[in-house]
Amino acid sequence: MHLSTRFRRGQRLWLLLLPTLLWIGLLFVLPHIKLFLLSFMDRRSGAFTLANYAAFFNSSLYRNVFVRTTTFSIVTTLLTLFISFPAAFIITKVLGRKMKALALIAIVLPYWVSELIQAFTWMILFRETGVLSYLLQYLGITHHNIEFLYHNSTIVVGLVYTSLLFMTIPIINSLDTLDDSLIEAAYDLGGDFWSTMREIIIPHAAPGIMVGSIMVFMLNLGNYVTVTLLGGKNSLWFTESIYNQFIVRFNQNQGAAFGVILLTFSVLFVWIVLKITKQDLTEAM
Amino acid sequence: MFAASNSQKSLSRWLFYAYILLILVFTLGPLVIVTILAFNNNPSASFPWQGFTLDWFKSSTPDRVGLFDDARMMAAVVSSVKVAVAVTLISVILGVNNAFLFVREKFVGKEFLYMLMLGPLVVPGVVLGTSILAFSHGIANALDSALGNGAGTFLRPGFWLVVLGQVSFVATTTTLVITARLKRFDLSLEEAAMDLGATRSAAVLHVTLRFLGPAIFGAAIIAFLFSFENFNTTYFLSGPDPTVPIILYSRLRFGISPEINAVSVLMMVTTGLLGLAASAFQKEEGLA
Repeated sequence: MHLSTRFRRGQRLWLLLLPTLLWIGLLFVLPHIKLFLLSFMDRRSGAFTLANYAAFFNSSLYRNVFVRTTTFSIVTTLLTLFISFPAAFIITKVLGRKMKALALIAIVLPYWVSELIQAFTWMILFRETGVLSYLLQYLGITHHNIEFLYHNSTIVVGLVYTSLLFMTIPIINSLDTLDDSLIEAAYDLGGDFWSTMREIIIPHAAPGIMVGSIMVFMLNLGNYVTVTLLGGKNSLWFTESIYNQFIVRFNQNQGAAFGVILLTFSVLFVWIVLKITKQDLTEAM
Repeated sequence: MFAASNSQKSLSRWLFYAYILLILVFTLGPLVIVTILAFNNNPSASFPWQGFTLDWFKSSTPDRVGLFDDARMMAAVVSSVKVAVAVTLISVILGVNNAFLFVREKFVGKEFLYMLMLGPLVVPGVVLGTSILAFSHGIANALDSALGNGAGTFLRPGFWLVVLGQVSFVATTTTLVITARLKRFDLSLEEAAMDLGATRSAAVLHVTLRFLGPAIFGAAIIAFLFSFENFNTTYFLSGPDPTVPIILYSRLRFGISPEINAVSVLMMVTTGLLGLAASAFQKEEGLA
């Protein structure tokens, strides 16, 4: 190789690397290093301290909000899985081509609408003078307005709605690769619906279930709009605590510590789940 | 497929259809209801139906302001479009650059850089927003004290900070879309062009970039969409000229007006059309 071509090749590499490094360095890596450093600094003096983390572990309020957020995220993820799995199964293995395409569009369409609009549509349905309240009075089931907003169950409905797609599509993708003849073979060998489901279909869909569950869990944990709009003052979501520290109390250091806790926890949680279920994410994706 | 008696077979088939129907009612029902209410002549933004009206779109009487006559809402639409155009341009250019880097080049730490690049998609938007806010705040302060005269103003919450914040994760998506197509490019095509006398840059420009065309187009639509509907990251970086989701959120905290139904319909139509175009493209590409 000529020295000049080698030189030019090195030059080209640097020309391509520069924008990438600027982008990921300035807009992702350095901000997160800054967040990490801030979380160990005293608010006034800037000296090293663990007080921001101590504030979290010593306060039952913050701890409870965190535990609540995690519990709700897990419950909602499981609920989304139970709703999505039959849908994914029916779409891939029961519906014909045209019906399948139609059902897919119907599941993808709400996703393209902003998450804010999604939450708003549920507000329209659930608020005190909303559509559901009107419907119940129209049917004579009740005679006064009922507030369906600002309950835990409202939050769950909203979260399931926003994450349905992220669970259904990965499961559809993994079920698509399952040969129908395998299911038929299981029947021919005397299996019934449930044993075929347990022995053939669910194991084959496991990677999709894993990817979907991880995505939905992370989305729930990091959710802000759906939770604050549908839960109101009762939402008590951990992202809201981060917002409050940063924007309302101007306490960047405390907010940074909360951010680091949320990030560390979600990465650890996903890693442990992968270890327990012996799944390999790179393989699944 | 289900080896059972015929009547059992048709029963399970009907149960399956009923389930899918329920799912469709769940996913589409709320959107349909909001669309109907946007044309309902009832100021409470609810039922009963009181006749068809376009007032929530166009009206400027004291008690009824339509979306197109709401100056603040229209200003938000304009700033949303401005932000989305800037984010799309930067993210697509970065996406093409990153695709060439990750597909064509070999260098130490490539795998690591690729993993790092996926980070902005995994980190919650709230954390991404706060970390960028904290970082840019520090830089802006340093610039102000070093150069004076508000030299760091562009890094304060406002247009450019929103654009930068959105680019941080939108560029990951454009990179993934464009990389997927560049991987399928047959390098011999580029070599053939060079054998025929084209310079390397001319070959890349006329052959490779043309091949990437559909992916660039698809990535641009997705980038515009992601920017246009983003709330979480934008919320922390937004200044005096908020985008549509930001202004909607602040209004929703105080109450619901039928105008918001109309805004929702407008957003649904815009993002729905863009989304359909993007998924049509993805289907062609075999990505979805």
